Amino acid sequence: SSWWSHVEMGPPDPILGVTEAYKRDTNSKKMNLGVGAYRDDNGKPYVLNCVRKAEAMIASKKMDKEYLPIGGLADFTRASAELALGENSEAFKSGRYVTVQGISGTGSLRIGANFLQRFFKASRDVYLPKPSWGNHTPIFRDAGMQLQAYRYYDPKTCSLDFSGAMDDISKIPEKSIILLHACAHNPTGVDPRQEQWKEMAAMVKKRNLLVYFDMAYQGFASGDINRDAWAVRYFIEQGSNIVLSQSFAKNMGLYGERAGAFTVICSDADEAKRVESQLKILIRPMYSNPPVNGARIASMILNTPDLRKEWLTEVKGMADRIISMRTQLVSNLKKEGSSHNWQHITDQIGMFCFTGLKPEQVERLIKEFSIYMTKDGRISVAGVTSGNVGYLAHAIHQVTK
Amino acid sequence: AYRTDEGQPWVLPVVKKVEQMIANDNSLNHEYLPILGLPEFRANASRIALGDDSPAIKENRVGGVQSLGGTGALRIGAEFLRRWYNGNNNTATPVYVSAPSWENHNSVFMDAGFKDIKTYHYWDAAKRGLDLQGLLNDMEHAPEFSIFILHACAHNPTGTDPTPEQWKQIAAVMKRRSLFPFFDSAYQGFASGSLDKDAWAVRYFVSEGFELFCAQSFSKNFGLYNERVGNLTVVGKDADNVQRVLSQMEKIVRTTWSNPPSQGARIVATTLSSPQLFDEWYGNVKTMADRVLLMRSELRSRLEALGTPGTWNHITEQIGMFSFTGLNPKQVEYLVKEKHIYLMASGRINMCGLTTKNLDYVAKSIHEAVTKIQ
Repeated sequence: SSWWSHVEMGPPDPILGVTEAYKRDTNSKKMNLGVGAYRDDNGKPYVLNCVRKAEAMIASKKMDKEYLPIGGLADFTRASAELALGENSEAFKSGRYVTVQGISGTGSLRIGANFLQRFFKASRDVYLPKPSWGNHTPIFRDAGMQLQAYRYYDPKTCSLDFSGAMDDISKIPEKSIILLHACAHNPTGVDPRQEQWKEMAAMVKKRNLLVYFDMAYQGFASGDINRDAWAVRYFIEQGSNIVLSQSFAKNMGLYGERAGAFTVICSDADEAKRVESQLKILIRPMYSNPPVNGARIASMILNTPDLRKEWLTEVKGMADRIISMRTQLVSNLKKEGSSHNWQHITDQIGMFCFTGLKPEQVERLIKEFSIYMTKDGRISVAGVTSGNVGYLAHAIHQVTK
Repeated sequence: AYRTDEGQPWVLPVVKKVEQMIANDNSLNHEYLPILGLPEFRANASRIALGDDSPAIKENRVGGVQSLGGTGALRIGAEFLRRWYNGNNNTATPVYVSAPSWENHNSVFMDAGFKDIKTYHYWDAAKRGLDLQGLLNDMEHAPEFSIFILHACAHNPTGTDPTPEQWKQIAAVMKRRSLFPFFDSAYQGFASGSLDKDAWAVRYFVSEGFELFCAQSFSKNFGLYNERVGNLTVVGKDADNVQRVLSQMEKIVRTTWSNPPSQGARIVATTLSSPQLFDEWYGNVKTMADRVLLMRSELRSRLEALGTPGTWNHITEQIGMFSFTGLNPKQVEYLVKEKHIYLMASGRINMCGLTTKNLDYVAKSIHEAVTKIQ
């Protein structure tokens, strides 16, 4: 007999299941709109030119493979902090922050979650927007935290339920933790406007909540890195000592290299040093020290003026293509003769779009048109191209007319 | 970390070659790996540990979880055991770590949630060798189903490994008492220069029918320290059990790092799956192992030639990167303060720090320390 006889088969990953089914489909017109990775207008993965250049530069330096420090590559963490906070940020300039390299967004979120579990004694409760990225809940749960929710998405309008959110946030017990998506909310694509962010910041301060920002799409959402980081910077300016998780998976296309960072804004540099020491104590028994490759590439890009400029252009290019696909999808739906209001498709931002399609309609899209998406009607706009947007619009119209 | 005879880090020539191949391959991109890692890496890594002709592999009851170094593999394994071993979420299952051991072992299992982490007798300071009786005694008296962390080879920090005969005794007790073997294999190939020799214990346990975990690191034997390349090899009773175990491993990985970094795994997979590159790698590994073995024998012969009090055969009998010299804290302090030779208070030296240029100085300094200070 086996030690593992009682181990249950884990449930299949819902998103992976979409891709599996897509792969099996023989229809030449098939579309994979489950994919959470950017695709170019030919539907292919896109390796950024600045990444290729950075890789060549790194190769020519013939560096060794010695362990990174536990907290990661210093040039990378400093540049990540500056990218998020802005070079003129008082918090950045005064050094009252600590940034450690994390295993992309997930790893950074997990370090933060573990840190809060160990050191944030005031509460075990993390408030997530409804809905949120599917992996947020298990990450915080495995770290020993409890999950609560605040209203966020309004399915009737396919946009932000602002009054519902404010109402819920106003009732969150003091000193709880609230998680906010900095930009390009996943999975809905619905972001607050700046005036709404301002009200949320004031409420969060009033309720004395600890703010945890998840920023996985800086630059990738609007095409402008400063605009996408506006909320993060505003909250800090308003006096919230936030914690922040960053990912370079999408905005630098470094998915499998796992480049990310976790930041804690502190009262002063001394506190930052103490926090850093504790973060290292958390990281060491997890994986000792982080992988170098993605961090070196990201660091090279952020710290080399020419490459940084090129990166900003390329990330805008990706964002613009997504925005253009949204526009084309809406105009094609109109051309098909759809009488529905599809404005939310262009109002929403980032990689994902909550179409508003119901499960039965999604089912038909999959079965009749070989268009694959998750049951909640979420599509990855990255999977749309100028070559297939017409087909997508046609199919959506067929199942909604 | 390994150092050349010039005292420098060493990127293996085969690694440089393979990195160039990867860089020139325009079909490669930076897309996500699967949650459990690069399939070619996982399969090859487990094959290296268990052997090409491993019955367990033939019977399809082996699985791998690509992890961030040996540490990552240990942590994923520990998290799985805490959730699924000896009941559900049984944090009371005792975990035994050798005395002494790599200090991070304790933290890994503690942070994974285990509440009862103990030590088992291992190092006999008086005779400067393995305390086999103490070890076996601890195993006899450990509660059934306890987890034991075993160093597959090149025990860190003592450099003292059980002999095959001693491993057989250990395995017999563990089988009788239903103890769980969790191997930590950080030095396969690097220790003796032979992959098979350094994996003997793991393979023996497999042949004895154990279900086990083996946390593998490719940091040292591939010199890929900062790429974080590791693999958790799972050996189960049958394919169905291993499949279910891997599905639960996926859930653990998903909340820890989602999916592992691709660069290091690509290098290892490419190397291990090409007979020519594999041979080149083996040669590079032997270069490192041989240099360390040479430093051991040179240090020992100098100490004996100097007539340094005590016996020094343990220097060549111990294996791997580290050696427990037997020097006491006062003697260590002398070496650090007076001779600028840096070693741990435990008397552990890193053999990689020895070079042909400094052997004489180190031997003389040890001689001074031992004769001047008791």
